[in-house]
Amino acid sequence: MVDTSPPTISPRREVIKQEAPAVFGEEPVEPMELDRLPYAPALEATDHVQLQQRYGLFIGGAFTKPKSNSYRSTINPATEEPLAEVAEAGSLDVDRAVAVAASAFSTWSRLPGAHRARYLFRIARLIQERSKELAVVETLDGGKPIRESRDFDIPLAAQHFFYHAGWADKLDFAFPKGRRGPLGVVAQIIPWNFPLLMLSWKIAPALATGNTVVLKPAETTPLTALLFADICRQAELPDGVVNIVTGGPKCGSILVRHPGVRKVAFTGSTAVGKEIQRVLAGSGKHLSLELGGKAAHVVFDDAPLDQAVEGVVNGIFFNQGHVCCAGSRLLVQESIAEPFMRRLRRRVGRLRLGDPLDKNTDIGAINSREQLQRISALVESGVAEGAHIYQPPCHLPERGFWFAPTIFTEVSPAHRIAREEIFGPVLPVMTFRTAAEAVARGNNTRYGLSAGVWTTKGSRILWMAERMRSGVVWANTYNQFDPAAPFGGFRESGFGREGGVQGLADYLELK
Amino acid sequence: MATSQTAALPWSSIDPVSSIDAVGVEARARLLAGRSVKRSAKLQALDLAIRCIDLTTLEGSDTFGRVAVLCAKALHPTPGGLESPSVAAVCVYSAQAERASELLRGTSVKVAAVATGFPSGQVSPEIKVAEATEVSRFADEIDMVVDRGAFLAGRYRQMQEEIAAVKQAIGPRHLKVILETGELGGMDQVRHASWLAMEAGADFIKTSTGKIQPAATIPVAVVMLEAIRDFAWATGRLVGFKPAGGIRTSKQAIAYLVAVSEILGGEWLTPERFRLGASSLLNDILMQIQRERSGGYQSPDDFTEA
Repeated sequence: MVDTSPPTISPRREVIKQEAPAVFGEEPVEPMELDRLPYAPALEATDHVQLQQRYGLFIGGAFTKPKSNSYRSTINPATEEPLAEVAEAGSLDVDRAVAVAASAFSTWSRLPGAHRARYLFRIARLIQERSKELAVVETLDGGKPIRESRDFDIPLAAQHFFYHAGWADKLDFAFPKGRRGPLGVVAQIIPWNFPLLMLSWKIAPALATGNTVVLKPAETTPLTALLFADICRQAELPDGVVNIVTGGPKCGSILVRHPGVRKVAFTGSTAVGKEIQRVLAGSGKHLSLELGGKAAHVVFDDAPLDQAVEGVVNGIFFNQGHVCCAGSRLLVQESIAEPFMRRLRRRVGRLRLGDPLDKNTDIGAINSREQLQRISALVESGVAEGAHIYQPPCHLPERGFWFAPTIFTEVSPAHRIAREEIFGPVLPVMTFRTAAEAVARGNNTRYGLSAGVWTTKGSRILWMAERMRSGVVWANTYNQFDPAAPFGGFRESGFGREGGVQGLADYLELK
Repeated sequence: MATSQTAALPWSSIDPVSSIDAVGVEARARLLAGRSVKRSAKLQALDLAIRCIDLTTLEGSDTFGRVAVLCAKALHPTPGGLESPSVAAVCVYSAQAERASELLRGTSVKVAAVATGFPSGQVSPEIKVAEATEVSRFADEIDMVVDRGAFLAGRYRQMQEEIAAVKQAIGPRHLKVILETGELGGMDQVRHASWLAMEAGADFIKTSTGKIQPAATIPVAVVMLEAIRDFAWATGRLVGFKPAGGIRTSKQAIAYLVAVSEILGGEWLTPERFRLGASSLLNDILMQIQRERSGGYQSPDDFTEA
C-alpha cells in the first residue's frame, strides 16, 4: 500500500497517465441532451412602472411639446407592442435646447466644484432609489434581459455619477488651476445598446467639469433618458444644464451642425462617426468618438478552459452581442480547439433565450427589426462564404425580434463575418498556432476597441497587452467596467476616452 | 515511476483541464445561485431534494436511540408519514451501521456509513481497509475520506491506491469519496483530487466531512461538477456528486440542484447520482413546501425535530 517511490511533485497530467487503472477503458459516451431542472416563469414585476402615453422634449428643466409637432412611437422589441410616443425634435427645438443650455452654462460653469458635486451625488442616489423602475423600463424598451439591466446597466450608471461627483471639486489636483476651463454646450449622441449607462458616461463627466448638455438618445430606446430627465428635476438640477431632445438621425444631424455647440461626443456606428467627423472638419468643435469594434478574444492552450468558455460566452452573448467591445472574433490555440469548442457548444446550448423580463433569461430580444435584418444578412453571408454554422436547439418566440446564439467555425480571416461588426449574438471562431500569430491575426482589423486574453502565464498577459492594438485589453476576464478606468478605441473604433481622469480631459479646454 | 505503463492506459483519461481560475468560478457560481426557481418549479425541486438527502448524524454522542429517531425521520419526514417522499439514505458512523440497517431493512432508505478513519483519515491503510470491510457487512454505501496528507505531500499514487483498495474491499457497495475540499488549498487542487478519486474508482465524489470549514460551497461544486462532466466525456463513466456540510436551507439545496442541472443535466438529477449530505436541511425544505402549498409558514413545532 505504501508508496515506495520518493514523493514527487510532478505535473498533474503525467501522474494521472501513470496511475489510471485500466478498468476505465469503456467506449466514451456522450451524456448530453438531457432534461433539466424546470424553472417556472420568474417575471420581474412591472406594476410599479408608470409610463406616460406621450413624452415631450426636456428643455430648460421642463417637458415641452415639440415645435415640429411630430411624434414617433417606441416599441418593446420582445413583443412589438408600442410603449409610448416620443417627440421628434426639429431644428427649432434643437435651437431652443442649445440656447437654453448656453444660458445655463454661464452660471453652471461658475459654480464651485463642490456645489456641482452635490447635484451629481443627488442624481447618483436617485438612480439607485429608482433602480427597479429604470431596470424594468430599460428592459421593456431595449429588449435586454432584466438580470443585465438590474445587475449591470443601472448600478454602473449610478457608479459613474458617484465617481464624477467626486472629481467635481478635485479638478485642481489633475489639471492646472486657472489654466483650464469647461468647453460650453456639449452635444451628446448615444446608442441603443446601453441607453442609461451611455447617458451616464456622457453626462456625468460633462457636468463635473462645468459644461452643459444637450443629449439625444437613440430613437429605439429613449425612455430611460426621459426618466432621467425626471430625475434631474427631482435633483433640482438648475434648469437648462441637462436637456434631452429625442428624435432620429435627422435630429442628430441638426444637433451636430448647430453653431452653438462647442463639442460633440458620439457613441455609435463607425459609418455615422465618420460622417460626423466630415461634417465637423474645420468647424473648430471638439469631437470624441466611440465607434464599432471587432475584438479579438484570444484563448491560449494553458487557459483555465471552463472559465475561458464563460468569458467567451459573456464576451459575445452579453446583451445579445449588442456591445461595441464584444469579443466578436474568437481565436483559440489550435492544440486545445477541440476540448474548448466542445465545452463552448455545450455551454451555449444551456443559454436561456426568451422573455427579457424573466429573471432567468440569458439572451433577450434583438433591439430592432432593422438590427435583426443586419445580423441575419451577415450570418447568411457567413454560410454562403463557406463557414460552418452551429446554433443550439432553441425556441424563438413568434412575436418580437429574436436571434439564436450562433457559432461559426471553419472561418477564414477573409470572410465578412470575421471582418465586419455584426453587433449580434454571433461568434466567428478561428485558430492560431503561436502567440505571434495570435497577435498578427488579432490586430488584422480596422477596429481597435478591445481585446481579451486567456492564459495562466503572467508574462504572456503583459506581452500580449503590449502588442494588441486596442484601447482595452482584458486578461482572464471580459466586459469589466469601472468609472475610474478610461474606455475608448484605436483606429476606426474612434478617439477620446470616457472614464477616469483621461475622460475628464476630453471635456476641458486646457490653456 | 515506470513510464512504460502509460502506453497501456487510455489516452482519454488524461485530465484536459490544466488550471482553474477561482475568480471565474465564483462568477459562474453567482450566476447559478441567482437562478430564480419559484412556485411549481420550486415544489418539484424541493421534492427532488428530499429524495436526494443523506440524512446525517455524525457525532461522538450518537446512540442507538438517536439513530432510531433519525431512521424514522428518514423514512417518514413528516409526522404521520404523509405527503413526503423518504430521503435517500441515512449517514452514520460505522459503529451505528448495523443498528440502522436493522431498522431500515426492506425499505427504500439506504444506509451509508463513514469509514477509513473519518473525519481525518489519519489511520494506517490496513485499518482503513479493515474498517471498510467490516462496515460493508451492514451498509449499502461507504463514505470514505481521502488521505489529504498524502495528497498535499504529492503522494497521489498512495491516495489513489487507498481508494482502489477500499473499493475492492466493499465489493458492489457504493463508494463515496470525501475530498474535504476545505483542506486542499485551492480550486486547482479540488479539480485534481476529484480527478484522482474518480480514476481510482469512486462512485461519488463528496465535498466535505462537515467537520472542517469551509465545507460545501457552490464554487467548489462548480469545479467538481465540471470534473465529473469531463471524466464522463473521457471514460464514459458517470460519477455522482454529494455536497455536504453547512447545507441548511432550501435555497442552498436548490442552488446545488441548479448547478447540477446546468453543468451536468438531468441524468444526474436522481438519487443515483446526486446526494445532499445534511440534517437540519430536511425540516427547512418541509417548511418551504408547506409555505408554497398553504401560503403561510407553520410553526417549527409542527415538524419533528431531528
